[in-house]
Order: sequence, then structure tokens, then C-alpha cells
Amino acid sequence: MEENFKLEIISPEKIIYSQDTKMVTLPSYEGDMSILKNHISIITFLRPGIIRAQNKEGNFEEFFVQDGTVEYFNDNLVVLSASAINVKSLSKEFVDNLNKDTKDKLADKNITDHDRYILNHKLDVLKEIRV
Amino acid sequence: MPSLDDLKKRITSVKSTQKITKAMKMVAAAKLRKAQESAEKGRPFSEKMNNIILNLSSSISDKESASKFLVGTGKDNVYLCVVITADRGLCGGFNTNICRKAKNYFEKILKEGKTLKIFTVGSKGHDQLKRVYGSYIIEKTNFKGFKNISYKEAEEIGKKIIKLFNDNKFDVCKIFYNKFKNVITQIPQAQQIIPIENVQNKNEYKNLENFYEFEPEENEILEDLLPRNISTQIFKAFLENAASEQGSRMTAMDNATRNAGDLVDKLTITYNRSRQAAITKELIEIISGAESL
Repeated sequence: MEENFKLEIISPEKIIYSQDTKMVTLPSYEGDMSILKNHISIITFLRPGIIRAQNKEGNFEEFFVQDGTVEYFNDNLVVLSASAINVKSLSKEFVDNLNKDTKDKLADKNITDHDRYILNHKLDVLKEIRV
Repeated sequence: MPSLDDLKKRITSVKSTQKITKAMKMVAAAKLRKAQESAEKGRPFSEKMNNIILNLSSSISDKESASKFLVGTGKDNVYLCVVITADRGLCGGFNTNICRKAKNYFEKILKEGKTLKIFTVGSKGHDQLKRVYGSYIIEKTNFKGFKNISYKEAEEIGKKIIKLFNDNKFDVCKIFYNKFKNVITQIPQAQQIIPIENVQNKNEYKNLENFYEFEPEENEILEDLLPRNISTQIFKAFLENAASEQGSRMTAMDNATRNAGDLVDKLTITYNRSRQAAITKELIEIISGAESL
């Protein structure tokens, strides 16, 4: 039986990724979640993290996102994100810059607890990438 | 009657103008292809975004507590009009068409006694509007010196608009831009972005009520999504505008090149005729001189 569903990662500028996948792990708002075929229709949004998509052959493809919206409907998974980037094409410079930027934002006293949580989480993810 | 020298100068000058317009047409054609491509690539994002918002808004049961971006402030006293134009001229009626559409709308608002606020994006629109509506312009920006307008710029403008909205500076927001239909036709558009107009496709989604699982709550997602949608809509307007601008410029420059060609032909005929007239005149003078001897 076919166990694949379609994953589309779309940025405002172009379609970044559009392929059949077996399983996708998303850094969703309330924790990571994996989606398989016949998942219930869901709308949620993303926190900073890495999207892992396993394609038909079992190979993994990874994308770094800072934010985004996810819709699963009728065996179609759509990820809308202005910041999605394939992990392979991430440069050290980009990670460093983002790291610094995030730390600057954290240093600002006027941010809400929620923002602080998201920013801290982003730092954690960035650390993970560097390794 | 202009002298032969004058005519010659005119012809050379028109010819060099023709060269410029021809070159501009080619450049516009090349840029158009690129702009059109990116406009097409950008469409899925805004379409999907729209779908999600429609799904969400149709499943919200409690309209009272819904996000202000969706239902509005409940008033419609202050209008913010975002007029998006190009930074460069020589593109036919491109900028004028947007401004005309906007001006008609301004008149309508002012006649109804509402307050008007204008936000111009692009210097050409600002130049055209400041004469009559200068006092209403509260904010302006342009992208001179930018090679490519990316999502980041749209996001910045979106943030400005959201900030104005959160400060209760306006109730309704409309954006004006040109929608790219094809190279010859661009349609000036007025799109309302706050509160969102979701008349289109509404029926299609009506039956899906409460079909989705939401995580977190619908309202929370909307709160996050709607501001982002504003940037998306603005970015879409940018892309459409960019393609329209190049298309419009291409047509305008094509016409200009053709007109210059016609003018050169006409001038050449006049030039040849007056040269012939001069020769004939000289001959007559010589002959009549010889006859009188």
C-alpha cells in the first residue's frame, strides 16, 4: 500500500520543496510532531527548528525554519514559511549572524516571556546545527 | 521652412532617441520575463495563505473575540490607503493609472466625510499625489537603489502598517497596485487588507466547518497569521507591480520606437524635398541668367 503523501514547503518567493514523503517531523508550536499519511486535518504554526522529511527511498531532507504555518489537509502537507532554508545550503556566516541577532534581541528587556522562550529555543536549534 | 542643416540635425536627434527607446524596450523585455517568473512563483504562497485563513475564519464560532485584523475595529471612520507605484517613469500609463484609481477612491472617501490617510510606496506615486493630497500623506517610502525587492522589504512595510493599526490610527486599510494580466493589459486594483475581505471562495469552504484540528486555538493562530498575511499581500502587490511596470514600459517603449521611426521617415521626405527644391531653384536661376544674356 502507498504510504506516501505530498509535502510542499513554500516561501513567498518560490516553492522550495515539493515531493512525496513518507514521514515529516515538524517543530510545531507545542513541540515536535511527526506526520504520517492519513493524519487528521490540522492547522498549526511553527517555532524555530528543523523540518525533517523522509522521502520514498528513506533518505532524509532537512530544512531550517524560523517561523511558519502548517496545514495538513487531504494528504497534502503545506508548510508556509518566509525563512525556510535547506540545511545543506546553510552557511556558517548565516548561522553566526542569526545567532548574534537572536542574542541581541534577547538582551532587549522589553520582550514578552513568550518571545523570550522562542528566542532561547532558536539559540538551542542554532547550536545544534553548528555541531 | 527649416533649413537643410536644421532638418539634418532633427533627423539625427530623433534617430538617437529611437536607439534609446529601442534599448529600453529590450531591457524591459528581459526584466519582464524575470519579473513575470517571480510573480508566478510567488502566487502559491499567497493562495495557500488565503486558503488557510478562510478555513480558520469560517471555523471561528465566536466572532466577538476574533482578531481585529479579521473583523475590523467596528468602525470605518479612518481610511489608510497604501498606494504602491514604481520609482521610475517612462513606463506609459503605469503610475498614472494607479494614481487615478486611488484619486477616485480618495474623492469618494472625502465626500463621505471620512478621514483619509495616505501611505505612498514608490517615488512616482508620491510625486503625483503630493500636489493635491500632500496634507493627507502620513508616510512615504521608496526603493530607489534596490535591485530586487524581496520579502524583507514587504515585511517592513507590513510592520509599519500593523503598528499604525495597533495604535488605532486607522480602521480600514486598502492597497492600490497594478495587477499583471498580460504585457499589454495591467489592471489597477484596490484591495482591502484590513479587515480582510473574504467574500471570494467563501462558499466553497462553508461546508468544512469544524473540520480541522487546531493547535493552539483558532484565535491564537489567527493572531499570529493575520499580521503575516498583510506582509504577504503587500509582497504579492510588489510582484504584480514589478511585472506590470516592465510590461507597461515595454509597450510604451515599443510605441515610442515606432513613432520615432515614423517621424524619421517624415523628416527625411521633407529633407529630400527641400534639397530638391533648392537644386531646382538654383537651376532656374542659372537658366534664367543665361537666357537674359
